[in-house]
Amino acid sequence: MSAVSTIALGIALIAALAWVFRLAGQKMTGNAPRFRDMPFGLAFGYILGALVLVWLIWAFVQSRSADLATANKFFFLGVAIKGFLLFAAAAWIFRLLGRHVGTAGTRKLFRTIPLTAAFGILVIIVYAILAIFANVIAPHGQDEILQGVAANIIPGSDPNFPLGTDQIGRDILSRLIYGAQNTVGIAFATTLLAFFIGGSLGFLAAVVGGWTDQILSRGIDVLMAIPSLIFALLLMTIASVWSSRLGIPLTVFMVLIIAVIDSTRVFRLARAVGQNIVVMDYIEAAKLRGEGMWYLVFKEILPNATAPLLAEFGLRFCFVFLTIAALSFLGVGIQPPLADWGTMVRDLAAFISYAQFAPLVATLPLLAAGAIALLTVAVNFVVDWMLQKSSGLKE
Amino acid sequence: MGNVLTIVLQRLALGLLTLLIVSIVIFVAVNLLPGDFAELILGQGATPEAVASIRHDLGLDQSLVTRYFGWLGGMLTGNLGTSFAQLNFQTNLGGGGGVTVAEQIAPRFANTMFLASVTAMIAVPIAVTLGVLAALYRNTVFDRATNILTLSSISSPEFFMAYILILFLSVLNTILPSLSNIYDGMAFAERLEKTLLPALTLTLVVTAHMMRMTRAAIINLLASPYIEMARLKGMSPMRVIVKHALPNALAPIINVIALNLAYLVTGVVVVEVVFVYPGIGQLFVDSVKIRDIPVVQACCLIFAAAYILLNLTADILSTLSNPRLRHPK
Repeated sequence: MSAVSTIALGIALIAALAWVFRLAGQKMTGNAPRFRDMPFGLAFGYILGALVLVWLIWAFVQSRSADLATANKFFFLGVAIKGFLLFAAAAWIFRLLGRHVGTAGTRKLFRTIPLTAAFGILVIIVYAILAIFANVIAPHGQDEILQGVAANIIPGSDPNFPLGTDQIGRDILSRLIYGAQNTVGIAFATTLLAFFIGGSLGFLAAVVGGWTDQILSRGIDVLMAIPSLIFALLLMTIASVWSSRLGIPLTVFMVLIIAVIDSTRVFRLARAVGQNIVVMDYIEAAKLRGEGMWYLVFKEILPNATAPLLAEFGLRFCFVFLTIAALSFLGVGIQPPLADWGTMVRDLAAFISYAQFAPLVATLPLLAAGAIALLTVAVNFVVDWMLQKSSGLKE
Repeated sequence: MGNVLTIVLQRLALGLLTLLIVSIVIFVAVNLLPGDFAELILGQGATPEAVASIRHDLGLDQSLVTRYFGWLGGMLTGNLGTSFAQLNFQTNLGGGGGVTVAEQIAPRFANTMFLASVTAMIAVPIAVTLGVLAALYRNTVFDRATNILTLSSISSPEFFMAYILILFLSVLNTILPSLSNIYDGMAFAERLEKTLLPALTLTLVVTAHMMRMTRAAIINLLASPYIEMARLKGMSPMRVIVKHALPNALAPIINVIALNLAYLVTGVVVVEVVFVYPGIGQLFVDSVKIRDIPVVQACCLIFAAAYILLNLTADILSTLSNPRLRHPK
């Protein structure tokens, strides 16, 4: 009960402070409108925000304290604050750069971009570089068991292995970098496949209509009634038996399964967008010209459906990426020896309990999980900005 | 009132039909396995006689349709079969009266429902309050900060949230236990304490989505003439939103709450594995790993049923809360 009473006391204290703050403001400024009309909730919010800021600064100072126990305790908060400031600064510089470098079009784009979206674009570019050039950047191979090197080197103790080595002596930094290639690459390929299946079927349903549309749509409805992660796990069970029998890697099955499950969502959107386009006059004109189905779908409908499909691509990618990470985390996704972030989180998770004595060791599982989170957050920031821009949502 | 009843009954019938088709899909999917259960149980080196005998015991020598109806009938009467793992125990150790799938699932299902309801109790009030506040103070620092925070928490994987919470609340500050070892006959308070960390993780995941939808639903209405009217007669912004906007935004809010509860039922899988919470999700993942088909099948059907039921509830409630949909022209 003590926790509850502490929280209640804290809230009461903030409320009292807020009241005093508003009253003082009114008295000192001679009842300026800003303070006279200030709702109590707003004053409460100001005080709360100020307290949080003060606490964050205090925590940051604590994380640099000479006492090792205290420093360790606030190590993670310190890193989080430093990371946040660093990311914000990087995004700001990137945006500034974008405003002065590049073609007139991109310069114009960067003039109105919010900082979050600039951050998102920056992160996506960095990930793309890491994924494409992983072989060059990574100091060691992803499944290379280093000879003459101890296993379980603690991060920071050996300058040759900045993040240490894992339980069988593989370089963790290299595995993290290769993880970008494997996890992101596989997720990207899966999303492309899902868009190919869902998009073409959706446009087909929109163009042809009638029975084809009915059969496809009802079939998709049934597939969507099963929660996707559960369905994926069920199908992966079956695929694991097939893969050991046929000798095809399980990862191939996983790509196919997730692509099919995810194409249902793409189908819905493609069909809805397609139906709006099909009734346009230029489609009628193309039909009268005697154009074939292929021409209608790829030359007339697809170019006009790019904007909503592109935003959906971002969201779908995040979803596929998270599903693959979750499957790998549960141990049925991307299989070793491929380096993959979900699997790494699971393997390194136990280190988290050393946080009080060796904070660097405890960061390892969080680094892999954070790598996943950073990319999905970045993509979501960009998609959010794109949607806001295209819908013209101002209020 | 008769009109409402018809709508509800129609939706219910549709839901049952969907569930029936889903059960066929699950059954067919499982039967895509190469070989059959008998070979799977006995492994590669089984003699043909042993395979034939098990096949007969399990009824695998009957036609697909007969087996489907047998399985479906079993599902409806609560007889979900015996899990392979338990079957192995029985044959190897000679113990009689193995645990059936139903006996395995029942307590775990109750645990999962407990976790989901604790999460809902925390998440729903927070989400609606935050959503109203964000709509009230839209385009301020508060709104932008919550926007960034919620977007980040929606897009992070569940296990990332879980480990962050474990790090801060369980390792660095020993406030809550990081392992949820729950057993029968536990005192309610202790049970709640052990459930709190997984519940908080799930809260972080679902609150963000619900809050954003609440905000969007309310902001959508703010351009309406009656809101303008309320504002012009001098009502405070808070009262305008709570008295005039919120009741009209109820339909989408209820919808998104029900959808998120549906998500909760399936999203528990990863969280249960992280916290070793003895729920149905963990049983499901374990069974997937050892290919215990009867358990996988049963869990899958239960998840699908819960998902369909909650989606159905969302549909019915949003129809009921909107007079325009209740009395279609």
